[in-house]
This record gives sequence, structure tokens and C-alpha cells, in this order.
Amino acid sequence: MVYIFQQALNALQLGSIYALIALGYTMVYGILTMINFAHGDLFMIGAFFCFLIAFYFKLSFVPTLLLTMMGVAFLGVVIERLAYKPLRNAPRVSAIITALGVGLFLENFTLALNPYPQHVPTLIADKTWTLGNVSISSLQIIIIVLSLFLMLVLDFIVQRTKAGMAMRAISWDKTVVPLMGVPINKIISLTFAIGTGLGGAAGMMYGLAYPVIDPYMGIMVGWKAFISAVVGGIGNIRGAMIGGFILGSVEIMVAAFLPSTYRDFVAFTLLLILLIFRPYGIMGKPNPQKV
Amino acid sequence: MKKLNILFTVLSFFAFLILGCGGDDSSKIKVGLIAELTGDIPAVGASCKNAAQMAVQEINDAGGFQFGEKKYKVDLIIEDNAGKADQSVSAAQKLITQKKVVAIVGPNASRYALPASEIAESSKVILITPWSTTPKTTLDSKTGLSKNYVFRSCFIDPFQGRVVAKFTLDKLKLKKAAVLYDVASEYNKGIAEIFKDVYEKNGGKVVAFETYTTNDKDFSSQLTKIKRAAPQVIFLPNYYSEVPLQIQQAKRLGIRVPFIGSDSWGSEELLKLCGKDCDGYYFSTHYAADASTEVTKKFIESYKAKYGSTPDDVAALTYDSFGLLWQALKSAGKNDRQAVRDALAKIPRYDGVTGTMQFKEGSGDPIKSAVILKIIDGKFTWFANAKP
Repeated sequence: MVYIFQQALNALQLGSIYALIALGYTMVYGILTMINFAHGDLFMIGAFFCFLIAFYFKLSFVPTLLLTMMGVAFLGVVIERLAYKPLRNAPRVSAIITALGVGLFLENFTLALNPYPQHVPTLIADKTWTLGNVSISSLQIIIIVLSLFLMLVLDFIVQRTKAGMAMRAISWDKTVVPLMGVPINKIISLTFAIGTGLGGAAGMMYGLAYPVIDPYMGIMVGWKAFISAVVGGIGNIRGAMIGGFILGSVEIMVAAFLPSTYRDFVAFTLLLILLIFRPYGIMGKPNPQKV
Repeated sequence: MKKLNILFTVLSFFAFLILGCGGDDSSKIKVGLIAELTGDIPAVGASCKNAAQMAVQEINDAGGFQFGEKKYKVDLIIEDNAGKADQSVSAAQKLITQKKVVAIVGPNASRYALPASEIAESSKVILITPWSTTPKTTLDSKTGLSKNYVFRSCFIDPFQGRVVAKFTLDKLKLKKAAVLYDVASEYNKGIAEIFKDVYEKNGGKVVAFETYTTNDKDFSSQLTKIKRAAPQVIFLPNYYSEVPLQIQQAKRLGIRVPFIGSDSWGSEELLKLCGKDCDGYYFSTHYAADASTEVTKKFIESYKAKYGSTPDDVAALTYDSFGLLWQALKSAGKNDRQAVRDALAKIPRYDGVTGTMQFKEGSGDPIKSAVILKIIDGKFTWFANAKP
């Protein structure tokens, strides 16, 4: 019982990071029907921003978090303006290739600056509490609570504000909505800012939880978050959150009860089976091509 | 017609480029180096490159080689494999076919040395890997016999796995161990399996044998499982960039047992990434920078003077690889791949920075000893010797 509880905590920690990154994929897809493959690398940039700010300016947790989120959000907006906007009406393949290219650029740019893995300084006093043989660390609590908080804020923005309404409207119809006076470029920029900002926050928390960071760290995590978004139903924000937690739990629990060598193999088989029965993801709705 | 002209110009330009590169400079001995300059273990590549440049500079300053009437200087050609198996192969191919090197040193990690060694073997060019400890690197995968052109300057995993297993049982007197290793990496997997085998044959018990794959950062599930199995010691035969994460996460999960490791721990980067978390733990490696012979002291001093840091085991082993190559070149007496290979295999005894070594009859593996280091106050400190 203690064992299961401990593993559930582990799953919650991993799942909340996947969920935060998955949100970035799903938001961009929802509004542009484009998969931003550079998102995993923006997550990596978030971890490096956090490292730079914490290492050189020695700021504490909250200012570091805000600066990291703003920095990555700004970068996300710039990338959208320079690389994706000119391709908005180009074939979808071109946009995807561009996104892959941007991702490779970010990786290799960071690599060229410094190929060494970096050690992120501790921003939160590392404390571990033991409750009846279950260990809970201060980091675990912060990661889980902060992720849930950010997700609630996002849900509020999208569901309850005017900008959120505009986002939902644009994802519904990209041609008619701008005719109603919705500033489409601004809303797309805002979507990118929020999506990549959350990715930056995830990068920072990942950097704190697993403090050895390197330029390639975003690839695998990015893929897993993307899978989470698809499992949850890409384009659907609540689906991305659920997908992240599902993937985190499946990964942890497979390793917990089967030989850990089978982890990825069993985890992804389960997800494939899930997609066979729900091809649009858990929260996704069938969206037949209109002729 | 105009198009044809342009095509012709372009073609002749390329032809010129290719021919231009092929110009044979016969007063140079070309030696190739393949190192992990970028990728996941750049500290290894940097040490390797530093030591290689030092070894080449020393031999050139001493006048190079004299074969008959002619003097030869060494030309070092450095290739980055970017921490990738395919790039290691293409780097080896480039060095052999385009640069026409007499020998290759590197790559270091077994997962890159293994594919590169296949190319060297089939092209009949010497490859000396400084740091690849998996037995497979010098063995022909089809026949199971030794490769003819692949050598190394380090000991091999069965020896190291045995050293660590015996050390844990006899010196530390710990009889229940857990292992966490990277199942996707040749080196980690090999050494973990040998450790388990020797440890259990000698009265120990491996209570958890857990795996992950390269680039994983979250080990919480496996470590929780290990915690439930309640071992007295945890063996982590993993690379220096992963070990700190594993130890820190284990501590956060409330695991309070000692950790032991293998030679992949032996980078200064480990100390930087680990901080105080690795204090008090042991690992087996190739040489100790603090308990040294004359040769070792001289090497450490000139390395420090040149690069401002203590050389790690990769640097020492790279330097020894070049030392072996220089000795082979001297006794071969000519700049010829086959002659140098024959001379290298027959070296009677070489006193290197990492101890004395000699190649086993008909094999590329040297006979040499290992050391156990302990991490004390953020420093690698000599603890014990382990004879072959």
C-alpha cells in the first residue's frame, strides 16, 4: 500500500510536467491546426533560462519563474512571427518541417554555446518528509501544486475571458471570425505566448527536479508530451492535462509492477490500444473533413 | 549549351577540390582522433582531445620520428562523433579513406567505439580506443575471436565487474545489493550483468536489478522499487551525467544506503554536478591522480600546466594510447599500417600513466590493474588497488 502510494506520488510529479508541456502542443494545434515540433526545445530553453537566471543573477524562486516564463513566451512569439506566420497559408507539411527546423536550430544553438550538461542551482530548500514510510519532498509538492495552479489559471483564461473566447472562436473558424473584428494575429501571438510560457515553466520545474540539463533534454520529453496531447485529444486543453497524467501514471506504474526494461514498450502499446478505440483521443471530438 | 558549360565548370571545380585534398604529404605521419566533443558526454571528448594534442605536441617537440634518413612529424586530425554511433562510423571512414591516417585513436564510449572498430577492422587500420571497456570492442562478432586491428589501453568490463563485486563483498562486507543501469547502453549493461554474476557466485544477493534507457531523467519508479527491496548497497554503473540525478532522487525518496560505481564516474564533471551528494561513495577506475608513479606525476604536471585542470582517466588513457602508438611506430621503423600494427601487438611491456601494460597474446586487450577511488570532500581519493 505504501509502495503504491509512493509510486502514485511519483506518477503525479511526472504527469504534471508532461501535462504542462502537452498544453503548449494542444493550444497551438487548436488554433492553427499545426504541430509545433519546436515546443520540446522551447521547454529545454526554459530550463536553460532558469539556469542562467538562477546562476548569474541569483534570484529566488518566484522571480526566476516569472522571468523564465516571460523569456520563453517572448521567444515563442518571435518564432511564430518570423518562422510560422509567413507559412500560415502554405501546405501543412511546410509548417511542420519549419517547426522541426526551428527545434533543431534551438538545440544546436544551445549546443554551440556550451555542450556541457549544466547543474541547475537549488532554488527550493530540499526537504524530505516521511509519512509512514512514504517520502514526500518539497520539490514534489511545489511541482504538483504549481502545475495544477497554472492549469487552473489557463482554464480560467480560456473559458472565462474575452481573449479566451476569441481563441476558442478562432480555433472554430479561422476565416469568418476575423471578419467579426477579432484581431487574429494578436490572438495567435497570445496563444503562442501562453503555450510556450507554460512550456518554459515546465522546463524550469523539470530543471529543478532533475537538475542536470543538456541541449537534447527536450527531444524525448517533447515527444512524450506530444503523445500525451494526442491521447487526451489534440486541440482540447482539458484533454492535454488528462493525457499528461495518464502517460505519467502508465510509465511509472508499468516500471513499478513489471520489469523496468518493459516500461516504454508496454506503456506505448497501451496507448496505441487506447487510440485504436478512441482515435480522436479521450476528450477529442470526431472532426470529419468537410468537402 | 550554356547550361552544359556551367555544369562542366562546377564539375571540374569539385574534381579540383577532391584532387586538391588528396595531395600526399609524405613527411607527415597522420593520426586520426575520434572524440565525443559534443553530444551527451562532452567532458569525455574534451579530455580526450586535450591529452591527444599534448601527446602529439610532445612527440613533435622531441623531433618526431626518424625512419632511415627521413624525419617525420605527426599530424593529428580530430573528428567529432557528436555522441552518435553513425557519426562515429562516418568519422572512421573519412579518416581512413580521405585522410589516409596510419592509425585512429578513439572513440571512447563503448557504444561509439564498437561501430567504429568494425570499420577499422575491415579496412585494416589500427584503432586504439582509450576508454571502451566492453569485451565486444576487440572481438569479432562473427567468429568470437580477437579482431586484428583493434586495441585498447584500458581493462575490460568482466575484470572491472569482478573487482567491484569482490570489493563490495570482501572490503565493504555488504551482501545485499541493488543495481540500476541503462539497458540501452552497451557498457552499462555489460558491467551490470557481470557484477550480478560474480556477486551472486561469491555469496552476495542482488535484490533488485532495474533498468532505464539513455536520456531518462526520472528514475523515481525504479528507485521506489529498489527501496522496497531494501538493499544494503546500490551499484550504479552509469555515466557521470546520470549518476548525480540517480543519487539525488534516491536520497529524496529516503534511500540511505551507500552507492558504488564504475569507471564511468571518473570525470571531474561528476563532482561538479553532484556537489556534496556523492561524498563517501566508491568506484573502480583506471588510475588515481593522487597516488602515482614518476610517469604519472610528470603527465599530471604537464597536463595541469597546459590546461589548468587535473586530468581524468580518459585523458590518462588517451595519453597512454598515443604512448603505445609511438612505441609501435618506433619499433616498426616505417610509416606503414601493417608494420605498425604488427609492432603494436608485440610490445613487450609499456610503462604508462595508468600503470604497466602488455597485450595478451593475440588480443587487443592489455593486462593491467585497477584502482578503487573514494569520493571525500568533493575529491577523488585513492582507496585500494586491485591486481589483474
